[in-house]
Amino acid sequence: MNAPAYNFAYLNEQTKRMVRRAILKAIAIPGYQVPFASREMPMPYGWGTGGVQVTAAILTPDDTLKVIDQGADDTTNAVSIRKFFVKTAGVATTERTSEATVIQTRHRIPEMTLTEDQILVFQVPIPEPLRFLEPRETETRKMHALEEYGVMHVKLYEDIAHYGEIATTYAYPAKVAERYVFDPSPIPKFDNPKLDNCPALQLFGAGREKRIYAIPPYTRVRSLDFEDHPFEVQTWNQPCALCGSRESFLDEIVMDDKGTRMFVCSDTDFCASRRGAA
Amino acid sequence: MYVAVKGGEQAIDAAHRLLAEERRGDRSVPSLTLAQIAEQLTLGVDRVMNEGSLYDRELAALAVKQARGDLIEAIFLVRATRTTLARFGYAEPLETRNMQAKRRISAAFKDIPGGQILGPTFDYTHRLLDFSLAAGEDPAEAAGAPSELDADMPRVLELLGAEGLMEQPSADQQDVDDLTQDPLNFPAGRDLRLQNLARGDEGFLLALAYSTQRGYGRTHPFAGEIRVGTVEVSFTPEELGFPVVIGEITVTECEMINQFKGSATIAPQFTRGYGLAFGQCERKAMSMALVDRALRAGELGEERVAPAQDEEFVLSHSDNVQATGFVEHLKLPHYVDFQSELVMLRRMRAEIEAGKDRLEAAE
Amino acid sequence: MNPLLSAEGLTKTYGARIGCRDVSFDLFPGEVLAIVGESGSGKTTLLRCLSGHVAASAGRVIYTTRDGKRAALDEMSEAERRLLMRTDWGFVHQDAREGLRMGVSAGANVGERMMAVGVRHYGKIRAAAADWLSRVEIPEDRIDDSPWSYSGGMRQRLQIARNLVTSPRLVFMDEPTGGLDVSVQARLLDLIRGLVKGLGLAAVVVTHDLAVARLLSSRMMVMQQGRVIEEGLTDQILEDPQAAYSQLLVSSVLQV
Repeated sequence: MNAPAYNFAYLNEQTKRMVRRAILKAIAIPGYQVPFASREMPMPYGWGTGGVQVTAAILTPDDTLKVIDQGADDTTNAVSIRKFFVKTAGVATTERTSEATVIQTRHRIPEMTLTEDQILVFQVPIPEPLRFLEPRETETRKMHALEEYGVMHVKLYEDIAHYGEIATTYAYPAKVAERYVFDPSPIPKFDNPKLDNCPALQLFGAGREKRIYAIPPYTRVRSLDFEDHPFEVQTWNQPCALCGSRESFLDEIVMDDKGTRMFVCSDTDFCASRRGAA
Repeated sequence: MYVAVKGGEQAIDAAHRLLAEERRGDRSVPSLTLAQIAEQLTLGVDRVMNEGSLYDRELAALAVKQARGDLIEAIFLVRATRTTLARFGYAEPLETRNMQAKRRISAAFKDIPGGQILGPTFDYTHRLLDFSLAAGEDPAEAAGAPSELDADMPRVLELLGAEGLMEQPSADQQDVDDLTQDPLNFPAGRDLRLQNLARGDEGFLLALAYSTQRGYGRTHPFAGEIRVGTVEVSFTPEELGFPVVIGEITVTECEMINQFKGSATIAPQFTRGYGLAFGQCERKAMSMALVDRALRAGELGEERVAPAQDEEFVLSHSDNVQATGFVEHLKLPHYVDFQSELVMLRRMRAEIEAGKDRLEAAE
Repeated sequence: MNPLLSAEGLTKTYGARIGCRDVSFDLFPGEVLAIVGESGSGKTTLLRCLSGHVAASAGRVIYTTRDGKRAALDEMSEAERRLLMRTDWGFVHQDAREGLRMGVSAGANVGERMMAVGVRHYGKIRAAAADWLSRVEIPEDRIDDSPWSYSGGMRQRLQIARNLVTSPRLVFMDEPTGGLDVSVQARLLDLIRGLVKGLGLAAVVVTHDLAVARLLSSRMMVMQQGRVIEEGLTDQILEDPQAAYSQLLVSSVLQV
């Protein structure tokens, strides 16, 4: 028995063409979920197969790839996916956001503003923002087609009625180009403003649910809210303990069992750059 | 001074090495050969081929070994391999009518043309642990049958059909969709439903089938026929333009006879449910047939009230590779989202406390 | 003036079975039409055809939209029909659970239509919801409660509020007081009558209960085995029923 030889970036050309067609369609209809025939990948569904298929379809040998999970390059799944592309595509990789041409991410957008030469690929678990209000795919498809989004605001209304504020803190729904409501993947709502008018192309891949969607560069993305309960981001009482930043998303580190906590930047490259460490 | 945790890459490499060692186990114990797994853990290998959607005993046996006996992990390995293989096209439909059956039974009739052949089955064994197996004793050779099996085994459901008692399968040869090439849309045609069920998790389908028998979408099933044996696989290469036999595979086929449809004025007929599996997977084929019939509720004018009749529910959750991926993905770091929830929760609680303090201060 | 809703030869069959046959009428703005008959008479089938829930086998339903245009229901796109159901029309189900979102608060139930048409001010939505709850005599402090905690009568009133908040022009009602006890029914009917009159609504009310027809409607159609066997002014039919079946119905009503 021989091991099979792999094509550049693992997917065969036919599959890449299929994924690229889906990506083009997604770019043409910002925020709309394009169904695609997701392939079985060597990592489990739910662990980034959608993002990996999108990245595999767009990578060229000249690209420089950065892979992050929870904002860090060194988390286990980011390491695993980066190694996968090194093995199957041999592309250059980097931990520096400024040097990357393709960035695959899970649950965060880098703190640094991206450029027109970059593509950000998001890993998406549940692409359908209406899913937990309406489990049927047949019904949510119609709701998107007919722009029936009243029920989304019902959920926000309920939050305010019960908690005094909107209780969604991540995967916060937003309207794209004033048309489709979408789920930006489980990024914290802190990152939602970065989606709006971003110079980079933003692609979203959901492998298990078999959907791809996109936000073309410089597209309007507006997080849902009420006029008298406007969208707000999270804040912390203290700066990053390592670099002093007051503008980044902070991870909470549990230091002991007596309640000692430390807060450090989730975006490890951002933090390291600020500290001047290479 | 706190130093951010690093070393994920080294941790992963070390974990892989440790896994390989645990997989090997005690080195004084002989390593399993693929032949041993394929020959003696046959039914496990059959299930891996079935839900892995790939008929290759050797690959499936390797997957079982690599997965350390975790069959869903093995199925995952086979599926991932399948994706990389070149596709030449579609085989001709299998002609199970011509199966070389080693087992063939019907619960609907006492005797049928071709006979009731018990074959190799656990069915009437007593489930008592057999310690001769532990001792490694080989069984005596099984004696052959006194006469050849009747080659002609007409389908029981066709016999009923000839009398007009069984609904006829649709005759039109429309194009069949391919679950592995196109995303599944609802409502799904029966072809995609059956493909989905064929590779669906045996445990999930077993539970759903069981539920229909207990009243959650009852279909009054009778096992019309169950066959296990080898069938020829034919393929028409473009260059030749005619079909050639490229090999033989073992399959299990189950046809269920279900609740009749009709009324006082429309002549009633029995309805059918269909199950097919690689290897000898009777539990799977039977469960598949029961769920297939339950999912046909819409086209047969039955009210959908039970989970087994809910197409979106059944087809969206039947794939164990998808299911385990998503369930187990909860092990991945989620600390950024959790941090978001912590921040909000702490703030809400602080506001309630502040509210209480204000009340107390006012008093 | 154009009728608001017209039925022309409306027929619905299920195989050989007749749901309703050859029903025609015109309904003008502000009119309330009662469709009366015992169960199996076809009145619910007719209602479902009229409201677009089910496609007719023959005949047409024509609706005059707010801009004065007359459109046949079966010629509208699904988008247009669904928009109609959210704005111009209301549908009060016999079982309130079918017409409510049981999993969200009463306030959200009433506010949903407003949110569906783009109102984005929480305070305004809540105030409108509170206002409507008081109009249907539900205590304001129940605004954040889920309908699960409501009695049957309260759920029905909530359903009505949910339907009326965007000022529809036409409301379909399927046995609106069915399953409620007599005193609750009486209050509910009074409420409905007041609202319908006050808002100038047109309504089609299906009921087996002649008392409901008498209290709410100005016109009535009596159905039997899928056909309309008598129609006219409610008072006249109740006073002087012509068809044998109508006479039977009227005479069997207990004189309270």
